[in-house]
Amino acid sequence: MLRVQNLTKVFNHNTVNERVALDNVSLTLDAGDFVTVIGGNGAGKSTLLNCVAGLYPPDAGSIFIDDANVTRLPEYRRAAYLGRVFQDPMMGTAADMNIEENLALAYRRGRPRGLRWGISAGERVLYRQMLETLDLGLETRMQSKVGLLSGGQRQALTLLMATLHKPRLLLLDEHTAALDPKTARKVLELSDRFIQDGSLTTMMVTHNMRDAIRHGNRLIMMSGGSIAVDVSGEEKSRLTVEDLLKMFEQARGTEEEIPDRMILG
Amino acid sequence: MEQILLGALSLGLLWSVMTIGVYITFRILSIADMTVEGTITLGAAVTARVISLGASPWLGLLLAIVAGLLAGLITGLLHTKLGIPALLSGILTMIALFSINLRVMTKANISLLRMPTVYSPLMALGLDKTWAVIVLGGLCAALVISLLYWFFGTEIGSAIRATGANPNMVRAQGIHTDTTIILGLMISNALVGISGSLIAQSQNYADLQMGTGAIVIGLASMIIGEVLFGKRNFFLRFLSMVLGSITYRIIIALVLKMGMPSDDLKLFTAITVVFALSLPKIKDLINGRLRPRKGGV
Ligand SMILES: Nc1ncnc2c1ncn2[C@@H]1O[C@H](COP(=O)(O)OP(=O)(O)OP(=O)(O)O)[C@@H](O)[C@H]1O
Ligand SMILES: [Mg+2]
Repeated sequence: MLRVQNLTKVFNHNTVNERVALDNVSLTLDAGDFVTVIGGNGAGKSTLLNCVAGLYPPDAGSIFIDDANVTRLPEYRRAAYLGRVFQDPMMGTAADMNIEENLALAYRRGRPRGLRWGISAGERVLYRQMLETLDLGLETRMQSKVGLLSGGQRQALTLLMATLHKPRLLLLDEHTAALDPKTARKVLELSDRFIQDGSLTTMMVTHNMRDAIRHGNRLIMMSGGSIAVDVSGEEKSRLTVEDLLKMFEQARGTEEEIPDRMILG
Repeated sequence: MEQILLGALSLGLLWSVMTIGVYITFRILSIADMTVEGTITLGAAVTARVISLGASPWLGLLLAIVAGLLAGLITGLLHTKLGIPALLSGILTMIALFSINLRVMTKANISLLRMPTVYSPLMALGLDKTWAVIVLGGLCAALVISLLYWFFGTEIGSAIRATGANPNMVRAQGIHTDTTIILGLMISNALVGISGSLIAQSQNYADLQMGTGAIVIGLASMIIGEVLFGKRNFFLRFLSMVLGSITYRIIIALVLKMGMPSDDLKLFTAITVVFALSLPKIKDLINGRLRPRKGGV
């Protein structure tokens, strides 16, 4: 489903600020894999997801989605394969446009856009049904500007937009980190349900070790731009937070710290 | 007085199409597009040259639209493909257009006196010039608003609107933001070209300098429209640009009548825009003064 081979990404090459964000990373995801990704600040988690999404080209290595080499494909052309939810609730939606317009933009991802009307009556019915499943009352506010929604509502909407058409790969980069604990739990439950119902191949970055253990069938820990730990199946389901902390101590690079919020999780 | 108001109405309608163009770049794309200053003259220059060569004024209007599209395309390419900041891209095109406009006109000024214009058929029906301009300018503004209202409801139009609001999200939804930005700039400058063409034909001449300050006039009209007539749905927003443009002309006519020297017009307009654009900051300042700060050291 996703094949990352020897991926290397260096920021600010040949300057004092040179940063090896990804160091020869290889990773293969099978169809239906739900991988949680943890690691300290600056370990390269976001860079990995961003390289897969095509925000910037890697310095070396290649990326295959469904056996198609997408390494040189620009972000907007890769979007057809991907659903993405970002850490910042502002990132995933257009605040100035209303809920149904945002959904309609996502509904056309990977399809040619022309001079047809931007949203059809049939779609509205579909959107209403899908919004009802979120259980946030958004189905009655389809004409409201997204800018009026709370962070949690926006993340739930972005999640819906990301999965409106089944993506080949769902990328979640700390998509609950900016939310209060209660809302974060709700959005995480929603994500889990969407992923299970759709058997979505997923990478989810989180700082919460307990969430990383509780969700998904596979867990990777990144450190210093490499994958330090990769456990799945039985072994993963037996993991405890203490195990992870121990592994983290062993794996961590010199500059990385265990973020407070990670232990608290 | 009536004559003054009618004059302001006709001028407002002619410039309203440009104001809508400014709205598209400034508000929808969130780009301050300086190309406008060159494009308004370009539209006038192309039309005046075509008419003075004896061709149809309608052909002149059509070519003004094409020229506007091209000007927007150049700015768009400079910005998206060469990575030049939007403001600078517009300035570069604007400067280049000075030379191009002179080449189009071959001289600093072309007179259209006693030549056929798009207003001639209406005047042949017995309307005087002012009324002919009001009727045709009004029709033109109505047509432009209707077309844009439709366009910005389409899939491509929605993509352009979203680009100004959140380009990251737009790319994540599989839209090439370079394309939507270029399209928006082209449409905007085509509208500015239309304004230039209609203005030249109503004043009976095209002049190399006529674009100077156009962006500020556009912004002033836009803000007046927004403040006075609100911005509920898209149709009303475009309509409020036309009303803002007319109101701006009425205000100008009144301050001139009250004795302000016309040389000070641009200063007056610039100050108006500065004041209007800084309104949010001024409000903050007043609120900050009146309310005690919470917390802090
Ligand atoms: N756009 C960029 N320009 C320069 N350096 C960058 C950029 N993005 C990331 N980096 C650097 O690359 C390294 C990896 O960053 P990355 O954002 O992938 O870490 P992360 O694992 O997501 O961390 P966090 O948990 O803080 O989100 C860091 O040292 C970071 O400073
Ligand atoms: Mg990150």
